[in-house]
Amino acid sequence: MTEASDNRPHRILMYENMVKSRYFEDAIKPAYLEGKQPLFNMAKGPIPGEMHLSDGQEPCAVGVCAHLQPEDTVTATHRPHHIAIAKGVDLNAMAAEIFGKKTGLSGGRGGHMHLFDPAVNFACSGIIAQGMGPAVGAAMAAKMRGQNSVAVAFIGEGAANQGAFHETLNLAAVWNAPVVFVIEDNSYGISVSKADCTAIARNSDRAAAYGMPGIHVEGNDPDTIYDAAGEAIARARSGGGPSLIEIETTRLEGHFMGDAEAYRPEGEVERLREADPIPAYRSRLEADGISAADLDGAEAEARSVVEAAFAFARGSDLPEPEDAFETVFTAGKRA
Amino acid sequence: MTQQAATRKLTIAKSMAEALSQEMERDPDVLVMGEDIGKLGGVFGNTAGLLDSFGPERVRDTPISETGFIGTAVGMAAAGMRPVVELMFVDFFGVCMDAIYNLAAKQSYFSGGSVTCPMVLMTSVGGGYGDAGQHSQSLYATFGHLPGMKVVIPSTARDAKGLMLAAIRDENPIIFMYHKALQGMGWLGTEPGAITPVPEEDYEVPIGKANVVREGEDITLVGLGATVHHCLAAANQLASKGVSSEVIDIRTISPLDRTTIIASTRKTGRIVAVDDDYLSYGVSGEVIASVCEAGVPLRAPPERISFPDIPIPFSPALEHFVLPNSDKVIAAINRALEPVNG
Repeated sequence: MTEASDNRPHRILMYENMVKSRYFEDAIKPAYLEGKQPLFNMAKGPIPGEMHLSDGQEPCAVGVCAHLQPEDTVTATHRPHHIAIAKGVDLNAMAAEIFGKKTGLSGGRGGHMHLFDPAVNFACSGIIAQGMGPAVGAAMAAKMRGQNSVAVAFIGEGAANQGAFHETLNLAAVWNAPVVFVIEDNSYGISVSKADCTAIARNSDRAAAYGMPGIHVEGNDPDTIYDAAGEAIARARSGGGPSLIEIETTRLEGHFMGDAEAYRPEGEVERLREADPIPAYRSRLEADGISAADLDGAEAEARSVVEAAFAFARGSDLPEPEDAFETVFTAGKRA
Repeated sequence: MTQQAATRKLTIAKSMAEALSQEMERDPDVLVMGEDIGKLGGVFGNTAGLLDSFGPERVRDTPISETGFIGTAVGMAAAGMRPVVELMFVDFFGVCMDAIYNLAAKQSYFSGGSVTCPMVLMTSVGGGYGDAGQHSQSLYATFGHLPGMKVVIPSTARDAKGLMLAAIRDENPIIFMYHKALQGMGWLGTEPGAITPVPEEDYEVPIGKANVVREGEDITLVGLGATVHHCLAAANQLASKGVSSEVIDIRTISPLDRTTIIASTRKTGRIVAVDDDYLSYGVSGEVIASVCEAGVPLRAPPERISFPDIPIPFSPALEHFVLPNSDKVIAAINRALEPVNG
């Protein structure tokens, strides 16, 4: 439990990463729509392709990643920005990648669903549940080498209905891998609600089938998530094996930008926005004695690095067309 | 090298196991994982003895969860290990293809080369022993078609060891196919030509380089895996009738060594390409297209022999009617050598 006078530094860091992620998404929105109005054409503008924003899901990322070091591995989803930011991915290179620039994380080959930053062991993928196996693999590599690091696989609630989910949970349990699986349950797989496609109410109950703890976290609250994740990550780090955490969170935007969201019940988005976790967390921190000046400072710092990242991305060159042929294979070989 | 070592003959299965054992001895980051690779030593014998030598940490039997364990291997490879993974039959890739072509094969590209994927995926191919259409396919073209993976297949025990050592040391995902008709398991009929002397020492067979296994002047025969032996049998049989055949084992399906194939065909002016994967969009078609695109003047229309575009049937009466064999190669050679109607 969090004490009323709790001003531990991770809380302001979590807040700063939440607002950094939100500012990042806020900066993407107008940039993404450039060239796509009045007629929406996904191929147009400085950021083509699908764009999956993570507004509302920030608490999941910051609550979990506050426990992680650069050597710990995180695999994320097609909705990756908040997690990448919380894991400390290079923001300039990430923004440049989203703009398809030469200075991007992969020189524009991956785009926003395929962000790799080996400096902080972050990767994400456009395929549902695909990151779960690689997280188990990173965890097993650490375990076999006697290293103390762990891996965390972020997935959505839709991924819990994938075969890969069940295969990797079983394998991670059989091998006692130092891994934590985190479900960001935002209630929707694109348009299909969790209730319409999932046989049980809580995916965390599925952990029992694989002999691992299943933790259900309500409230979309960074502090609660921090506590739950801290326990699971400590368990993994100390050799206690894998855990499954299911977090009830909210998707404040559509599945992707341009989604008309006709599948949402009337008033749902407005209701979710009223419960936006970021202003709620700021109020709690202030009530807990963290000064408005400190929080303003965190916001200013977040805004500043996001603005710098977008300036870097905009100012960077596009790749040479011939660069398309590079890095298909990695040169060299084991000595 | 001792005299005994120079003449020691191994099956492909034993040659693969020796390569794995020697590399595990040399490189502590190498591990082997997959179904039945521990106590059983691999259904096709290519991990025999490894569990006793290296223990269960580095020789890991997995659940029957190909998506799970191939994805896990990709994560291990990204973290600096060098996993060698058994996918027992290539036919099984249908349950786990995402982890192969979307994950392993794109890791280098999507990371701009900053995250590597040094893993070997071993998988058996080929039929001819009545195991029907879910355990007898070859699927070379499926894997060769998708970018980001290198795909190799040995036709002899000597090549199997050298290709395996090269594959483990490569920084990229390698699909290592081994043909059941060549493997040397007692319970599967084995082509004797695949059982060859295998040096005991460390050596690599370069990936991406075809091998001219027989030199000739009149016609180029291109094969891989089992069909190399069909080509050699045909070449030997026709040699007594004065036909000089050059036989090329492509050894690497992707990237294909087009240079060697084109140079040979430029010399002979005739080509027969033989593979046991489905005909359409296949390896043989790719080989012939490469020769045609290069503008090689041909003295006869190119010939290709492959498995027809049908599922692989069970009954030997059906399967052997449609499988490539040396008689079909001979017939193709004879067609190619017929004087052009003038």
